[in-house]
Amino acid sequence: MPRPDSAATDGSDGSHSAPVRQPLPGQPLDPTGRDVLAASDIARALRRIAHEIVEHNKGAEDLVVLGIPSRGVELAHRLVDLIAEVEGATVPVGALDITFFRDDLRSQPTRAPMPSSIPAGGIDGKVVVLVDDVLYSGRTIRAALDALTDLGRPRAVRLAVLVDRGHRELPIRADHVGKNLPTAHTEKVQVRLTGSDGIPDVVRIAGGDR
Amino acid sequence: MTRHLLSSADLSREQTEAILDTAASMHDVQRRQVKKLPTLRGRTVINFFFEDSTRTRSSFEIAGKWMSADTINLSAKGSSTSKGESLRDTVMTVNAMAVDALVIRHNASGACQQVAQWVDASVINAGDGTHEHPTQALLDAYTLRSRLGSLDGRHVVIVGDLTHSRVFRSNVITLKTLGARVTVVAPPTLMPSGVSAWSAADGFATSWDLDETLYAGDAPDAVMMLRVQRERMSGGFFPTAREYTVGYGMTRPRLERLLSANPEAAILHPGPMNRGLEISADAADSANSLVLDQVSAGVAVRMSVLYHLLAGDGSEAAA
Repeated sequence: MPRPDSAATDGSDGSHSAPVRQPLPGQPLDPTGRDVLAASDIARALRRIAHEIVEHNKGAEDLVVLGIPSRGVELAHRLVDLIAEVEGATVPVGALDITFFRDDLRSQPTRAPMPSSIPAGGIDGKVVVLVDDVLYSGRTIRAALDALTDLGRPRAVRLAVLVDRGHRELPIRADHVGKNLPTAHTEKVQVRLTGSDGIPDVVRIAGGDR
Repeated sequence: MTRHLLSSADLSREQTEAILDTAASMHDVQRRQVKKLPTLRGRTVINFFFEDSTRTRSSFEIAGKWMSADTINLSAKGSSTSKGESLRDTVMTVNAMAVDALVIRHNASGACQQVAQWVDASVINAGDGTHEHPTQALLDAYTLRSRLGSLDGRHVVIVGDLTHSRVFRSNVITLKTLGARVTVVAPPTLMPSGVSAWSAADGFATSWDLDETLYAGDAPDAVMMLRVQRERMSGGFFPTAREYTVGYGMTRPRLERLLSANPEAAILHPGPMNRGLEISADAADSANSLVLDQVSAGVAVRMSVLYHLLAGDGSEAAA
């Protein structure tokens, strides 16, 4: 398999500080919603996931952590920082935009893609950990797997999510889950992260029949 | 996003910037081993070139293919046009095959506008007569933006055969949309008659004197040399090629003087270049020359244009 050596797009060199980013445009937090994870819960969940990743991989060898924009990228950087604390190892981290691989492009206005950045070492033969904030239908992950195929051939792909809210439409599961949240289709799961949104970390469930 | 791309004026600043931002993502794809996105799978793009072209047609074709669209090239020679079929009948025939986009180059100004009124497909202007060439302007803006960062307040000088240049018309619009100041320079015989009436309000200026423009204090951030279009040069617009070079060519002494005023000044040329006429080999091959960057940006920008015109359901994105 070819090595996408030149795939690094922003000089990503595995440095761990989360990039400074504009607050994401999005719906404001629903004031009638109920918080299911506070900042401390999120911190604990991420720390556990970081331990799980390293434990399962028997170290930090060959790991590449790729966040799915937008909030998956911040989570990926946090996980890599935590892995550095646990293992003292620098794990390459990047972003994998899946806009061009979505299966619903035709049913919506044109979406603007987000930047991707694949670490300079590429993903061939590596263990890629995909990171996203919410796992729902599984279609985003399907798209991400397609995007990875075009970048190279990882030895394995694993999936870490902050929240699994159920309602899968594809045979996809997460390897590392921060919190399983049983939800109704009508409910919305809102994730906010300090680095992305400029407000304290929170996961809130809003809407639905109550 | 608009359904058609007929003129650079169809695009607002936001839309122009969205296309350039997406082009940056597309440029990453271009550097990969697997240069293929599934994004436009099942869409059909017809490149209809009634006039010769190498880089525009091949870059549209590559752009469509890398986005997984089915791309078909037609040219006037070898189509029913050579049997005397009218433009309308030709494009309606193609339209009846339910294609999604028509990329059209035609030697008549306004041909794309006309076609857009007939067909259901998205129409992309790949150069119509001496009118416009919006994707060239976008790729020039992309190249300049990669080099300079923002174009806001930047000074761009466009030199050459303005009368016959669709590149210049689209470039002035796009550069002004992005906030740049544009000075256009040409010999009086090649300065279009209406240009002096264009609004000077947002930094647009015209000049007959290249040296004055280049060295009079306001050193340009970029100089775009246009091709002397020999195929349109039957009218005796200047006495000799040598005289044109002396007055309006990017010669070696001129390049050196330009770079002493602004060592970062970028040199652009939409190609194909007449080396030794409007641009010297020293300028074309200097470290300040972005000519090959322009070609490289061509595919990415055209992928981005196809993406924005074809990928969605056609409605405007919510703010």
